[in-house]
Amino acid sequence: MTQDRKIKIIVAKPGLDGHDRGAKLLARIFAEAGMEVVYTGLRQTPEMIVETALQEDADVVGLSSLSGVHMYFFPRVVELLREKGLDDVLVVGGGIIPKDDIPELKKAGVAEIFGPGTPTAEIVEFIKKNVRTRD
Amino acid sequence: MRDYAKEVLEGSPRAAARLISWLEDEDPRALEHMERLHAHTGRAYVVGITGSPGAGKSTLTDKFTFALRKQGLTVGIVAVDPSSPFTGGAVLGDRVRMSRLAVDPGVFIRSMATRGFLGGLAKATGEVVKVLDAFGKDVIVIETVGVGQDEVDIIRLADTTCLVLVPGLGDTIQSMKAGVMEIADVFVINKADRPGADQLYAEVTSRVEQDAHIRERAWTPPVVKTVAVDDEGIDDLVEAIRSHRRFLEESGALEERRRRRAREETLQMIHGELFRRIRDRLTADGELEALVEAIAERRESPYRAVQDVLARWLRE
Ligand SMILES: Nc1nc2c(ncn2[C@@H]2O[C@H](COP(=O)(O)OP(=O)(O)OP(=O)(O)O)[C@@H](O)[C@H]2O)c(=O)[nH]1
Ligand SMILES: [Mg+2]
Repeated sequence: MTQDRKIKIIVAKPGLDGHDRGAKLLARIFAEAGMEVVYTGLRQTPEMIVETALQEDADVVGLSSLSGVHMYFFPRVVELLREKGLDDVLVVGGGIIPKDDIPELKKAGVAEIFGPGTPTAEIVEFIKKNVRTRD
Repeated sequence: MRDYAKEVLEGSPRAAARLISWLEDEDPRALEHMERLHAHTGRAYVVGITGSPGAGKSTLTDKFTFALRKQGLTVGIVAVDPSSPFTGGAVLGDRVRMSRLAVDPGVFIRSMATRGFLGGLAKATGEVVKVLDAFGKDVIVIETVGVGQDEVDIIRLADTTCLVLVPGLGDTIQSMKAGVMEIADVFVINKADRPGADQLYAEVTSRVEQDAHIRERAWTPPVVKTVAVDDEGIDDLVEAIRSHRRFLEESGALEERRRRRAREETLQMIHGELFRRIRDRLTADGELEALVEAIAERRESPYRAVQDVLARWLRE
């Protein structure tokens, strides 16, 4: 019997701040929603995240940032994904991100930004609706 | 359509990654590529790392891999974690301990969820090992799920199985279920910085000696002490695995193990394929439902039904 296609998502925490509680919680929420979540831990560089997405054949990359590095890190991840030909990987972001930054991030190719307090069901639904269909 | 087999042989990590996904999903498209890769497998040496949850398997895998990389060897890692039986989801967290390997072009790491498969591995783990083998990795490390003690499938895939024990985690010889001690080609006492490590080491060592008296064994598993977080004892581990490999190669046991593996695998594939074909046919024309109905109403026995179905199938 062929298995159900599972959504595979990388949850990564770029930047140097040492809190991963939020990212860990997100990982659990996605798993609870039936996804396979590769949790990569703290202090991930964009290169590490993209290489991980490549090897894991991930459908989604979820980035969480609290330290204000999102304006560099998020677009850089998108850019590297494109360089590797992984254009169809959905990139979403979360954490503490000023509203004013969101348009620019979206322009850079981040599909959506979820601020603190976004209902988790909303995030899960967004991913399910926008994830690639892998042929 | 892309030629994944060719791309894997040429070293494309992306092709390897996609082929692995197909194998996990039991997508029939994987078949023709696997068929072509088969001639290019059997070169990699496969090491299994198993043990209780939190024993330090991922940390050891990281340190061991790093040591191999310094020797110029390339490494594939397959890290298995359990799927939730309730949601089907999984948190695959082994990469957390292997961050520094993430951008090393000589290392390919794949996390796998068990997807309901018991035994400490995922159903497709063996196939994934073959992809990484054909992909050209010199050594492949399989980190098993860390739950309970019934997860002994690893010995079917690994050339050398390392059983990781830790002081203070209830890893005492008395608590071991029958058959668990026996899977180890190498014992690793990790977290040797913790109290009780010497005692555990002594216990395991004396048990290994006892076993050697009870039953003549060609290989006596070495017992290695490590502090994985501090990179201590890793050279001893590398050496223990290397000497087991030498033993297997020189005694002909490696050849024998791999032959046994091929035999089991072939039988299993026949089993799977036959089952799939018969099931597909039975479900396609509604015959299965009719049979179930008859069996539920006691008009027919399942024993009889199975004989009938098989007899008909074999005649055709
Ligand atoms: N004190 C001490 N801690 C260690 C040692 N090796 C690993 N640890 C710690 O033990 C914890 C678990 O390590 P992992 O490598 O994730 O263990 P694991 O067996 O892969 O865990 P699972 O995959 O969840 O079963 C981590 O916090 C490690 O830092 C060691 O030698 N000494
Ligand atoms: Mg682990």
